[in-house]
Amino acid sequence: MAPQDGRRHPKFWTPLFLAWLLALLATAGALFLGEVMGKTPCVLCWYQRIAMFPLVLVLGMGLFTSDPRSARYALPLAVVGWGIAAYHLMIFSGLVTEGLVPCGQGSSCADADVQVAGVVPIPLLSLAAFTGIGVLLWLSMRRAKV
Amino acid sequence: MSKKWMVLATVALVVLAFAAGVVVYTGRTNQEVTAAVQSNGDALIRPHSPIYGNPAAKVTIVEFFDPSCETCRAFYPIVKSIVNASFGQVRLVVRYAPLHHGSDTAVRILEAARLQDKYWEALERALAAQPQWASHDRPQPLLIWDVIGDIGLDITKARTDADGPAIDQLLRQDIADMQALKVNRTPSFFVNGTPLREFGEAPLKALVGEELKKAGAT
Repeated sequence: MAPQDGRRHPKFWTPLFLAWLLALLATAGALFLGEVMGKTPCVLCWYQRIAMFPLVLVLGMGLFTSDPRSARYALPLAVVGWGIAAYHLMIFSGLVTEGLVPCGQGSSCADADVQVAGVVPIPLLSLAAFTGIGVLLWLSMRRAKV
Repeated sequence: MSKKWMVLATVALVVLAFAAGVVVYTGRTNQEVTAAVQSNGDALIRPHSPIYGNPAAKVTIVEFFDPSCETCRAFYPIVKSIVNASFGQVRLVVRYAPLHHGSDTAVRILEAARLQDKYWEALERALAAQPQWASHDRPQPLLIWDVIGDIGLDITKARTDADGPAIDQLLRQDIADMQALKVNRTPSFFVNGTPLREFGEAPLKALVGEELKKAGAT
């Protein structure tokens, strides 16, 4: 992973780019599921979106201006999103009962419909994305020593 | 490649992939609906459904309708004006897609009013009062009885009819047809059997215009 040209590709840049790419793909995926396929996001999905969408912009600006500190500002979003995704997955898999969550009528957070291609639960995808983003941001911060 | 270009190119790639996904997905959905219409031709129009306009009109708008749906409420005057402005060339067939809680009860009340030839009056009253009775988390469709109290119904008879077997049967059939035709949101429009692909007032008017032309109306 070591960059050949340290000045043109600072060490922190590659993990920052990958974290941003993950956020970008997750955002595009969420918008596709919601706006194109017409699945209504449940309340917990919305909270995860609130954490995910700004990552694209914050990290995008960081990449654009080669600012390693952007990872520091993005990390809280990733951590909060991770927590909500983990909670959502627990509800989805039945570890926590849904009575605790103020899920609005219309789309339940525990609904089996919350799946892509009928196999992968959306909260699992979300959790994976937030995990990846968190690890990459941490890596980027360590390399930049900020 | 410079870093900025890499970021921009990635954004462009993802946007392109998204657009391609939209094209593929909507194309496939449209095909499914068209195929469903072709293989279930008689599911589109049943003799039991309310008709607005000239029954012998050349162009038929079939609307899958949910009395609790806000967009159906907003479209009602639009569809009505299309029919009224057509000089008997366009008619509306109302099919039910009770997708919200309480919608089935609302449909029962409207159909009971239809048995006494007060359907359109009842429908307009119910739609006008929709914000009061049709909140999606706490629907109170029985409030419709109050807003249609003075249109001249025999309420006792209507209340019995509303729970009667004829309306049961009609609701069951409409729900079965809705599923066969892959209708999953309201309002859904079909004009002479062609599904309205892009939702909106202008596309609906354009589709009706096209079908009028095909039917040789002037």
